Amino acid sequence: MASNKKYWKNEAELDPNDSIVEALKQNEFVEQIPVDDFLGDKETLSSTNTNRRDFLKYVGFSTAAASLAACEGPVIKSIPYVVLPENIVPGVANFYATTIANGFDFASILIKTREGRPIKVENNTLAKVGGSANARVQGSVLSLYDSTRLQGPLANGEPVEWDVLKAAVKSKMSGLKGSSKKIAFLTQTYASPSTDRLLADLMLANENVVHVTYDAISEDAALTAFENRYGERALADYDFEKAGLIVSFGADFISDWQGGGYDSGYSRGRVPKKGKMSRHVQLEANMSLTGANADKRMAMKPSAQKVVLAKLYGKLNGTSVGGNTSEYDAAVDMLAAEIKKAGSDAVVVTGLDDVNAQTVVLAINEMLSSKAFDVAAPKYIRKGNVKAVNSLVADMKAGRIGALMIDGVNPLYSLPNAADFKDGLSKVDLTVAFSTNWNETTEAVQYVAATNHYLESWGDIQIKKGHYSLMQPTIKELFDTKQFQTVILELLGSDQSYYEYIKETWTANVLNGANWNQALQDGVFSAETMVVDTDGATQNAISSEDMSEVVGVAPIASAIRSLVNTTSDGMELTLYSKVGMGDGQQASNPWLQEFPDPITRVSWDNYVTISKADAAELGVENVNVANGGMDGNYVKLTVNGVRLEQVPVVVQPGQAKGSVGLSFGYGKKVGLKEDMQTGVNAFMLYDGFSANQSVSVEKVSGNHEFACIQLHKTLMGRGDIIKETTLEIFNTKDHSEWNEVPMVSLDHQEVPATSVDLWDSFDRSIGHHFNMSIDLNACTGCGSCVIACHAENNVPVVGKAEVRKSRDMHWLRIDRYYSSEETFEQDDTKKDEFDGLTGEKGSLSGFGELEDPSENPQVAFQPVMCQHCNHAPCETVCPVAATSHGRQGQNQMAYNRCVGTRYCANNCPYKVRRFNWFLYNNNDEFDFHMNNDLGKMVLNPDVNVRSRGVIEKCSMCIQKTQKTILDAKRDGRVIEDGEFQTACSSACSNGAIVFGDVNDEKSKVAELKESDRMYHLLEHVGTQPNVFYHVKVRNTNEA
Amino acid sequence: MKKVPYRNQFSKILGLALIVFLLFASPLTAQDAVVDVIATEAAAGGGDAAKGKALFNQNCAACHALNRKMTGPALANVESRLNEDEGLEKEWLYRWIKNSPGLIKSGDAYANKVYAEYNQAAMTAFPTLSDGDIDDILAYTAAPAPVAPAAAAGEVKSGSSETSNSAGVSNEIILGALVLVFGLLVIMLLLVNKTLQRIAQANGIVVEKENAEKRTPIWKAFAQNQFLVLVTSIFLLLGSAYFAYGWMMQVGIDQGYAPIQPIHYSHKIHAGDNKIECKYCHSSARVSKHSGIPSLNVCMNCHKSIYEYVGNPEGPTKEDIENGYTNEFYTGEIKKLYKAVGWDEEGQKYTGESQPVEWVRIHNLPDFAYFNHSQHVSVAGVECQTCHGPVEEMEIMYQYSPLTMGWCIDCHRETNVKVEGNEYYEKIHAELSKKYGVDNLTAAQLGGLECGKCHY
Repeated sequence: MASNKKYWKNEAELDPNDSIVEALKQNEFVEQIPVDDFLGDKETLSSTNTNRRDFLKYVGFSTAAASLAACEGPVIKSIPYVVLPENIVPGVANFYATTIANGFDFASILIKTREGRPIKVENNTLAKVGGSANARVQGSVLSLYDSTRLQGPLANGEPVEWDVLKAAVKSKMSGLKGSSKKIAFLTQTYASPSTDRLLADLMLANENVVHVTYDAISEDAALTAFENRYGERALADYDFEKAGLIVSFGADFISDWQGGGYDSGYSRGRVPKKGKMSRHVQLEANMSLTGANADKRMAMKPSAQKVVLAKLYGKLNGTSVGGNTSEYDAAVDMLAAEIKKAGSDAVVVTGLDDVNAQTVVLAINEMLSSKAFDVAAPKYIRKGNVKAVNSLVADMKAGRIGALMIDGVNPLYSLPNAADFKDGLSKVDLTVAFSTNWNETTEAVQYVAATNHYLESWGDIQIKKGHYSLMQPTIKELFDTKQFQTVILELLGSDQSYYEYIKETWTANVLNGANWNQALQDGVFSAETMVVDTDGATQNAISSEDMSEVVGVAPIASAIRSLVNTTSDGMELTLYSKVGMGDGQQASNPWLQEFPDPITRVSWDNYVTISKADAAELGVENVNVANGGMDGNYVKLTVNGVRLEQVPVVVQPGQAKGSVGLSFGYGKKVGLKEDMQTGVNAFMLYDGFSANQSVSVEKVSGNHEFACIQLHKTLMGRGDIIKETTLEIFNTKDHSEWNEVPMVSLDHQEVPATSVDLWDSFDRSIGHHFNMSIDLNACTGCGSCVIACHAENNVPVVGKAEVRKSRDMHWLRIDRYYSSEETFEQDDTKKDEFDGLTGEKGSLSGFGELEDPSENPQVAFQPVMCQHCNHAPCETVCPVAATSHGRQGQNQMAYNRCVGTRYCANNCPYKVRRFNWFLYNNNDEFDFHMNNDLGKMVLNPDVNVRSRGVIEKCSMCIQKTQKTILDAKRDGRVIEDGEFQTACSSACSNGAIVFGDVNDEKSKVAELKESDRMYHLLEHVGTQPNVFYHVKVRNTNEA
Repeated sequence: MKKVPYRNQFSKILGLALIVFLLFASPLTAQDAVVDVIATEAAAGGGDAAKGKALFNQNCAACHALNRKMTGPALANVESRLNEDEGLEKEWLYRWIKNSPGLIKSGDAYANKVYAEYNQAAMTAFPTLSDGDIDDILAYTAAPAPVAPAAAAGEVKSGSSETSNSAGVSNEIILGALVLVFGLLVIMLLLVNKTLQRIAQANGIVVEKENAEKRTPIWKAFAQNQFLVLVTSIFLLLGSAYFAYGWMMQVGIDQGYAPIQPIHYSHKIHAGDNKIECKYCHSSARVSKHSGIPSLNVCMNCHKSIYEYVGNPEGPTKEDIENGYTNEFYTGEIKKLYKAVGWDEEGQKYTGESQPVEWVRIHNLPDFAYFNHSQHVSVAGVECQTCHGPVEEMEIMYQYSPLTMGWCIDCHRETNVKVEGNEYYEKIHAELSKKYGVDNLTAAQLGGLECGKCHY
């Protein structure tokens, strides 16, 4: 029975005149299929008579042709030099000593070049000061090949010739001669004797030139305090190696506090020698890298830190400060007792942006005559003057500045009052910005002078009084750029090059008869005689302390008063710089963007860190979602009316209650690729150049997706992963007690795991046998090894979205663990005391509790790379034998053999194998350095660039060990200890990672392997790794 | 009966013709021995000139030529030229040669003029040369130039073009003769067949034609025999797999790859005829992973003074001329070098306009294989020829070895490590050879087969 019912899909069908209905009846698709769109231009297509069959023919032909052509190898051209530069042998690396001085990072380094291309940064071991490269310095070589760099000078955004730019500046400068308007130079800190001389020359030639030094992250408080006390605008130097007790009030001295560079000395003091190691007490609001390494950490808001500092001074001085009772008295008593006991071994430092606090700290160290405290030869790597910057902005707005030159800084990004500065800029007749990259400031000025990267520049730096370094170019300018000093010399009408100028300065003032070429080769020069001279001078200054005390007493008293009266109203914000990003100069550097923060393990972002209690109060949280990513809520931050609307939150264990933290360096937009525009700009909240602000925090809607590479926060009482003990136990008990060998059951008997072996052992006593030692006491978690490994091994950058999916490619990761009780030891005890499944001591709820880090947890860092197991679980499961073991102990990975089953990664107990989910080079989907010709120049030619679908992992830098062996073979000599290095071991200036040949009895690594503190990771698995760790010892001896 | 003598006659004629051809061809090939270039030296200055030539080549030739301006002036007839143009005696030449800087300093007018003219490059002083030696050299320079080489070369060329033709013809003749022989054989077979049939006919034997219908055709029978089909197809499959495997294994192996290079550089002339040590040009092979294609400044070390190719003393071989490798050709290639490096031959100076040479790379190792020349050349002392073949005989460089992993491994298995006099190996060799119970360790025993040694 057929029905007469009519069905319609759409109302329009009822209308017989509707054109669409008709069209639908006629055609399957309403619109024409847009074939022409993808076949190209319509007109050319219609003018040809290619029909479908022709098209298929072409496709068929080209496929056949392509596959035929594939059988034929490509013709590869080889183009030798016309004239080979004298020092270059293709295939052999040259090293040059130079120095980075970008206003934030100052370090004497070596640059490895291959065929004239700088490809790697190494520490300059000759340097007594500033010879260690941190993660940013390690990564700086990639910024040289940044494809977004400025390639030539610009005028109003259009390319111009240098002559045009120079003529404009010159005419303006001569025009301003005799006028009341000033010519202002707003620059980074140079710490350069030659640049200082050059600017002095300029001021001599033009009396209306003013020079304002500006640090994006200011140390003005410390500089002012030092200046008031010692008459020189500099920073006191500290040698933490000599300190028996370090008390730090919010000073993150392991990373960037006062210019950084303190971690090596600190680490040397932290390794127990003859039963002694330094003790470190940290009072801080944010969980910093320094706090994470402390023996005792007290989470305290900045306002509380100030009160404690003032009271401590009183206690040490024997005077009563402030009220008699306060909540902090216990802490103060404890600190005072410890400091008194340590005497001159103690040192106190602070990172509070407060002149009073800085003054008090100087006074305390002086009072203690601390051995670690050095004012005779202060540091010069921060010079920024807040007052001068503020008055410059005021002058600009008042129209008193005729010309403004900016070098090395990006005030429109990093000034808290950037809007005022922009206002002022419009009232300046001539504005020139010297910059390597297009940024917020270059966008607003008339002329942009494209400057050299430091690897293309000449320079000299006095990091510390009497300690000089030289910066020499390691490559010719890649683009049409000139360095600031060269332009100034040209403006002065000098025909000297800046190199000659430096040489002149050094011959006259620095070298004192020493050899210039030697200094250039070493990269560093210490004027010992000068130090002796000034020592005498400062000896005088210190011996005439009565006088300075007379001057000093009144300021100290008032400083104490104002400190102790600090009140706290609501939440306090502490701004800090992240290890990876610093002040944000290298925001376009993908290595540094992908570098996970040592504490939060989050990459590609900045965020508000907040304590768990405050988070609960605000109703914000972090949740881990199904794909392994971490999400967080947003909050709104308001400081003095300045708002940051959407800042993601990370709940940070150890964050002081009532405080939040936010890092600088992010939130840059201008001149960056989209991928690199990450985070929010904390400089907006940097009111009055103080890192400590009172802030109001408000939850706003939305969910932020983090790229966090470690979701597991605590150790869950698994004391065999990170073993640690206290100095007391370490000194008094046998190592079998604090460094237990795990027991396994063999024939129903408990035996040490090391005595059981499922496999036949291979005799490794002949030839080299490489081992790596990692000392958990010396490792601060700074991460320079991570970036060094990236650079050495061509490790790809995968981007935020991929990191979120746990597809990060780091061969070397630094795991960070919190304790869930106060200490890890308590975790272990708690786990051991589990009794039954449920109940008060039940393991079910107990493990749940262990997952949560405590309010003020202990923190431990553990670098983990491929452990190069002698009985490697990965090797036995590879179906194609792509991974195999070498005689020298390395677990080798043949990429060309790998078919990507990932069995090995599955079977690896240490989770160190990385899979190439994509082709990360020459791939349009990724826009990092391996995808443009410029960025590829940083690749190490000795290491393969891996393709899609293969597993990769740490090779123990086999290319480096092989090179060392080959060099020795060629010279026909025995290899000395210390010659074998990996990228991470040579990057580690803290001495935490030591690499070498254990078959060489005299080697350091063989000695370390015999140490009582030695243990292997997951020893009970029986993998017999070639990487071993040293038990972390904490100095919990309270006075 | 009639046919047999006829056939004999025919083959005889053919054989004769062949012999005649061959006889005719052989004298043509022998003819080139006749050509000889007579370039005896005119003994102008008596016995002195011969001695002078040796002295000249030893001391002067680096900067001077007889008929050509080089670093220093052309020296042909220098004595008479100076005498006629400048009025200078032999005495002046003695002084100049023995101590030219001194003469310049003394303010001698002509000395200073020459000094200024040749880019103020002072001539090395030769205080060791006696007046007699200088006389010898001058005698050599005064000797008339040898028979113009161009004419001789031309003669050779014209003579040899004939020979080359004849060589071609003789090949064709042989081929033609063979074709003829085969043709004859076929005809003979047919004739025999015909004769036999005629005989049969004559004898009255009826040749029965086979009954085609009764018999199944062979292919049908084959198709019906399943066992045969199975065996054959297995053989076919195996056979094709064998060839397919063989073919696929050669993909990417460029043994014998000899691309045309932008400058025809003859290793034969450099390494073979002139016996230049390989590592003089490929110097980085000693210290680096790359053997290095020499930069052009290395070429100019010699080619600043070697501006033309004069060929073998015996003149170019027949084969060379066949390939067009004449003296002019080689000299032209040297000019290409000058152009690339920016060398102004006239002014004897660099113009600064250089044009790097884009050589075609012959030995292409894939990126995933690490190979270090210095390991093999300096440490192991392997001759370059072991891997690169008889380079000194290669007019055009080609890839001699397959450069496959199997080839590497084979060598590592067989080659003993060169440990003598190398302190590095002392300990490990003593221990390891004891362990393996051998006198000499192979590279493989020392770990030379581990994946990670070459793949990282």
